[in-house]
Amino acid sequence: MNNILSRNNAEKRFKVYGVLAVSTAIILLGILLFKIFSTGISAFNQSYIGVKIEINNSINSSEIDPRTELRQQLRNMFPELTTRAEKRTLYSLFSSGATYEFEDLLKTNEGKTINDYYYFLASDDVDMYVKGTVKREGDSAGRLMSDQLKILDQFEEQNLVELHINKYLLAGADSREPEMAGIKGAIYGTFYAILIAFITSFPLGVLTAIYLEKLAKKNRISDIIETNINNLAAVPSIVFGLLGLAIFLNFFNLPRSAPLVGGLTLGLMTLPTIVIAARSAIKSVPPSIEEAAIGLGSSKVQTIFNFTLPLAMPGILTGTIIGIAQAIGETAPLLMIGMVAFVVDIPGGPMDPATALPVQIYLWADSPERAFVERTSAAIMVLLIFLFLLNITAVYLRKKLEKKW
Amino acid sequence: MSIEFILLTIIGLSAYSFYISKKKAAAISAINGAEIHSQPYYHGMYAAFLTISPALVLLIVWSFIEDTIITMRLRDYFSDITEPSIANFYIEGVINFVDDVNSKAMDHVNFFTATEYYKSTMHLNLLLKSIVLVMLTIIALRYSFKLISADFKARDLFEDVVIKVMNIASIFAIFITIGIVLSLLFETLRFFESVPVQDFLFGTHWSPQMSIREDQVGSSGSFGAVPVFTGTILISIIAMSVAGPIGLFSAIYLSQYASNRVRSFAKPIIEVLAGIPTVVYGFFAVITVGPFFREMGIFFDIEGFSSESALIAGSVLGIMIIPFIASLTDDALSAVPRSLKEGSLAMGATLSETTTRVIIPASFHGIVGSFLLAFSRAIGETMIVVMAAGFAANLTANPFDAVTTVTVQIVGLLTGDQEFDSAKTLSAFALAFVLFFLTLILNVISLSIVKKYREQYE
Repeated sequence: MNNILSRNNAEKRFKVYGVLAVSTAIILLGILLFKIFSTGISAFNQSYIGVKIEINNSINSSEIDPRTELRQQLRNMFPELTTRAEKRTLYSLFSSGATYEFEDLLKTNEGKTINDYYYFLASDDVDMYVKGTVKREGDSAGRLMSDQLKILDQFEEQNLVELHINKYLLAGADSREPEMAGIKGAIYGTFYAILIAFITSFPLGVLTAIYLEKLAKKNRISDIIETNINNLAAVPSIVFGLLGLAIFLNFFNLPRSAPLVGGLTLGLMTLPTIVIAARSAIKSVPPSIEEAAIGLGSSKVQTIFNFTLPLAMPGILTGTIIGIAQAIGETAPLLMIGMVAFVVDIPGGPMDPATALPVQIYLWADSPERAFVERTSAAIMVLLIFLFLLNITAVYLRKKLEKKW
Repeated sequence: MSIEFILLTIIGLSAYSFYISKKKAAAISAINGAEIHSQPYYHGMYAAFLTISPALVLLIVWSFIEDTIITMRLRDYFSDITEPSIANFYIEGVINFVDDVNSKAMDHVNFFTATEYYKSTMHLNLLLKSIVLVMLTIIALRYSFKLISADFKARDLFEDVVIKVMNIASIFAIFITIGIVLSLLFETLRFFESVPVQDFLFGTHWSPQMSIREDQVGSSGSFGAVPVFTGTILISIIAMSVAGPIGLFSAIYLSQYASNRVRSFAKPIIEVLAGIPTVVYGFFAVITVGPFFREMGIFFDIEGFSSESALIAGSVLGIMIIPFIASLTDDALSAVPRSLKEGSLAMGATLSETTTRVIIPASFHGIVGSFLLAFSRAIGETMIVVMAAGFAANLTANPFDAVTTVTVQIVGLLTGDQEFDSAKTLSAFALAFVLFFLTLILNVISLSIVKKYREQYE
């Protein structure tokens, strides 16, 4: 009896280990996603400070220097601040982006007079304090000093500090200043790189798969190609980066930091994934269909392109989407070919210097400013949501289009 | 007239060739009824192929030759410079000066005569190239048009071309491997010209920065890669000890115990872990796992707990490879024939006894293969370790110490401004070469184990 009891206990323990393992994995995923999303969500809002703007004669925006004028308006709000240091403290609450916003305000009110409160972008230190990321400790809060806080308190007393939607994050290019930094440039870079990667790897991968599956005679060469592709799929991505560096940059002299080179490198990396997926999709097309086509007099090539390939397409596309999703998240090879540069301009084409979204995440994660932490998380949220949508599409395609024979 | 314009002209001519050849073939078949060998479409496609290919081949050959000749000619203008790399620098300067408005003139007597020469030659070259290419295309077009007749086997010929193209595409994958091996090998050999192989493989001191200083005599001592390798292995072992048990038990639970509902819900969730980009894990390590371990370090009063410790990078790396182990092991366990499992259960063994004494031994090869594959993933993983581990190479087995890995060193050595010929940058290629072969061997072994084992039950 005792023996059975201990055996049953062992059985229970074993099962508990299994449950623990599965739930650990799921909990870890949950912690990761929760941490990223809870940190990142606040980056979609941004602190703005209201300033009373009073311009009584009709505005001629070309005559006004926005920087000095905005400062003048700020001084009018706080006539008690007289020393240079105090004034500078007042200005320091605002981002340099406030000047541009003021310029836009002047342009839209050309020829009019204004006398109202307008909201301008606050600096990242203010932003962190307003959002509660940094707490007040004694006289200071994070990098905000006591004199800055004193002025900020006066703004807050008048309810002039507000959170607005962060328009820079999704629509702006990278910037050294966290409050103005955005991922639009990186998204464009990723778009061009992935486009190039798709153009190179998809046709090559599908043709290779057809050849290996349908045309190649089983001999040494086709064996070598097959093992070779399986091994390529497991080569570390950074090695592909070195290949891109040695071949595309040093041998073909293509421009550094260009999405073209990044795309070609990612394309080479994705190729094995596509070949493997396409092969299994082609394999799953029932031979009876091909035999019927051949029996009706179509040639081998006609059979492949008119019957096999269209039937295998859903599977091939699913595999391709998964491969592309991998390539979108890939960072290391892009570091090797110089797509880590600080690029302020939004790239206009695959030859312009650019960075990609995961590289942007890496760069921001490396930045010392506290305000970049939430923006990094926000950029990750964008990346993860996009990858999630891609994978959902792949699953949907498979469910919807795949035929069960 | 630019190169794009020539290309467009050639493509246009080829499209025209398709159109008229198809029309001619259709006309023939209208007269002869069913006697024409190939459909008009195939006549058109083959003619288009014949029209475009000679010009494309010539274009590629021409571009290679023109580069070589121009460089040779420009070299004469800088014959006073003996050092080839500096002369090449000037030659590039000339080419950039003409092609790129932003680049500046260089300080050399012959610089402007050279740019004038380059400009006029390139102009002439382009003119000549466009005339020759367009003429060639027109001749090919006429020739392909003449070929069309009722018994011309356009379809067979065109299908041969298609098959050739597919054959070349499939060989391309081999070229990628050759490219990897050659590009790594050349730079590695150049590295070993300045640093002896045994110093690299068995030296215990790694600080590549020091060799930049020319007055440094014993620079060979700073390229001992042993600490880098041990660091890599230490982090990978930590990762495996996190991912191994979790992955293995998840696979056992999902394949043996879980109901279909739990399985269809839990398996995709674990798979999501594999789809998360590694840079996200790196960030997670920095903002969550790092601080957590640091606080644990303070709580348990561990001396010398580094903020870049191997434990942080290793455990996050472990989370990343859980799904690899889980799904590969799951495949291996599911491949064991049901009869073995049912036989054992029928003899009165509990499910856990069946799993540990029958199913795991029967799928042992597959499990080992999946662990090896996961290990090779861990060795080659870059972003997590770049963000969570350090650059300092310590020779230690203490998981609380900061260590570095092969991939971290490669990234550190090759990002930012570097001159391409220094031993420092070349050492990155030597490290990558080692990494490539290590992962290749692991992959070959594990793939062959998995394959052999799979056949056993088929």
